[in-house]
Amino acid sequence: MPNESSDVLNRFRQGDAFAFETLFHQHQRSVYGWILRIVRDPSSAEDLTVETFWRIYRAHARFEPARGFEGWARRIATHAALDSLRASGDKFELDTEAGGEIPAPPEADPAVSAEIRAKTAQAFRRLPPKLRIAATLAVIEDRPQKDVAAALGISVAAVKLRVFRALRLLRKDLERQGITP
Amino acid sequence: MNEHDQDQLKKLLQQALPQVEADAEPARDLWPAMLRRLDADSAKPAVSVRNGFNWAWFDGALAASLVVLVAFFPAAIPLLLYYL
Repeated sequence: MPNESSDVLNRFRQGDAFAFETLFHQHQRSVYGWILRIVRDPSSAEDLTVETFWRIYRAHARFEPARGFEGWARRIATHAALDSLRASGDKFELDTEAGGEIPAPPEADPAVSAEIRAKTAQAFRRLPPKLRIAATLAVIEDRPQKDVAAALGISVAAVKLRVFRALRLLRKDLERQGITP
Repeated sequence: MNEHDQDQLKKLLQQALPQVEADAEPARDLWPAMLRRLDADSAKPAVSVRNGFNWAWFDGALAASLVVLVAFFPAAIPLLLYYL
């Protein structure tokens, strides 16, 4: 985690553009990485990183230096990604259908065919974005539920509920396609 | 759905959608794009400027509401003048 000085944070809060540039360069990589985990598309993640920092810049007066920059930035990034997923929900589904082969993870289970993996990925992308983000971060990316809750601005119990609902909907969708996990 | 089902589903999901690499980073420096975004935002007027004075949509809606109020309730004119 970058260790920015409280001076930079205070100057950013006051609207100092140089402090903003310093924070941008310190955090662009981590913000990009976080967004990429959610949207899973490098080009969209780059655009959303810029969108996130634009929101950060506009909200500088609401920033509380005592609470740190990274968590605040991550929360704004998560909401920017959520807005994007809501706006282009159908696009991701079409991309998957047109994209064909889904790369197998290094430790792929040979019992799980490429077709099942593709159908699972498609079904997952059909989930409501709010549930999909919680499940992506908590299940696929294996992030601590506390971090997911902080990024979404909800309680840990709400994260567990969203993951449960996501898995239940996913299971129903797969069963409709004749796949029993 | 019991805990075993959930675990099976989680495993299937992890097979279908592999984790993003931990050291993922943007292919280019995003600062130039950030500057373009900031420039575009600062060039945008906060309100539309017409005939040399600022006129926001909210001002228009307020003026229209006043016109409607006065048209239907002329007795409200002295009250409005009092508060102006």
